[in-house]
Amino acid sequence: MELRAFESVPAMLMFSVSTFVLFHFGLDRGSLAGDLAAGVLWVTLLLAAVLGMNRLFVAEHEQGGFDGFLMAPVDRTALFVAKALVLFCFLVAVELVALPAFAVLLLEPGPGQALPELLAVVVLADAGIAVVGTLIGALGVQTRARDLIVPLMALPLLVPVVIAASEASAPLFEAGGADPFPGRWLMVLALYDAVFALLAYAVFDFLLEE
Amino acid sequence: MAAGDQGDSAPAVALESVGRAYGERVALREVSFTLPPGATLAVFGANGAGKSTLLRVLAGLLRPHAGRATVLGAELPREAHRARGRIGLLGHEPMLYRDLTVRENLRFHARLHRVGQDRAEALVEQVGLGARADEPVRTLSRGMVQRAAICRAVLHAPELLLLDEPLANLDPGGASAVAPLIGRAASAARVLISHDADQGLAEADHVLGLREGRQAIWAPAAQVGRADLRGLYA
Repeated sequence: MELRAFESVPAMLMFSVSTFVLFHFGLDRGSLAGDLAAGVLWVTLLLAAVLGMNRLFVAEHEQGGFDGFLMAPVDRTALFVAKALVLFCFLVAVELVALPAFAVLLLEPGPGQALPELLAVVVLADAGIAVVGTLIGALGVQTRARDLIVPLMALPLLVPVVIAASEASAPLFEAGGADPFPGRWLMVLALYDAVFALLAYAVFDFLLEE
Repeated sequence: MAAGDQGDSAPAVALESVGRAYGERVALREVSFTLPPGATLAVFGANGAGKSTLLRVLAGLLRPHAGRATVLGAELPREAHRARGRIGLLGHEPMLYRDLTVRENLRFHARLHRVGQDRAEALVEQVGLGARADEPVRTLSRGMVQRAAICRAVLHAPELLLLDEPLANLDPGGASAVAPLIGRAASAARVLISHDADQGLAEADHVLGLREGRQAIWAPAAQVGRADLRGLYA
């Protein structure tokens, strides 16, 4: 559907890059490093992800896709898995442009040698955002105040992802690059992903009811 | 007796004092009837009488808040999984993705119902949509969307068809084209909502009249006339 309408990814991308530009001028600093760089990156990506969450189930809700799916003899969890994968792909597509833009506009120095570690952080953080975002998106789309409900519910739930992803990536953005990579934050991200994936598996059926 | 056997011999629909509310507003109250397998029920009633709510309850999309509802031998909502895939719903919404083509929509639903793609192709041709099947649904006229929605509803050869104004927006040619799929020839039990008394009565074996969510008429179609129905709309 996104390939036909191009609704979510361009909006998420525009938001991310615009925010980096705003930080570039707003902070009045030539470049960022360490904790500050990591914080700016992950808060921006999380807020961009909320745009995608908001629209994740809109077509199903407005065009009867939910009803068609609910009446079919299929495991309802399949819809959750499909939508979580879609949101994950949205995030990856956005990051393919947003991360280089972040490096150019704000980062000094670039991640360089630490790129594999950064990719591991990005994948685990994206998985957590996709799982929780899909759950909240399914809940929010059935309310009248979707645009309000989704960020109000998703942002507090995703605070651990921002903390863990920022802590894990901050050493990668240090000017000296000397800090050891905190692998335990990767473990935190992986644990968060696993816990919320199980939770989503348990409750998603009920979210689709009426 | 196996579950499937029970479903085969059971009434298509059996409701006992079924009720359904939306918050404080009661949409259905004390509705009871039994529809034999293969029979057609015509449902009449003014706007807001509870017809569409009844259809959504029978489709398993709304839980009944009171009473007991059994569809194709499966008690709702506890055994709804047994009825899934055996019911075809044609409601106000076509349940088609507007940005996908007719063919893509039908292929998607065919996969959901584990039906061969050739069935979708055959339906598209049968309703005369072959030439427009590769165009996005949003570009089609209402009548064409209705034809596509009918294809979607009957794609999996359901045992129970729930039809809400199925001929709405169809020209005479379109109505003829879909008749074998949703008319008596469909060999499925049917619950048919209609505002056209003549057409509804001609199609039906039984008639249900709803007034403000209550069951005002339940009778064999042969015993119901236009005058009886007029009271539902007063």
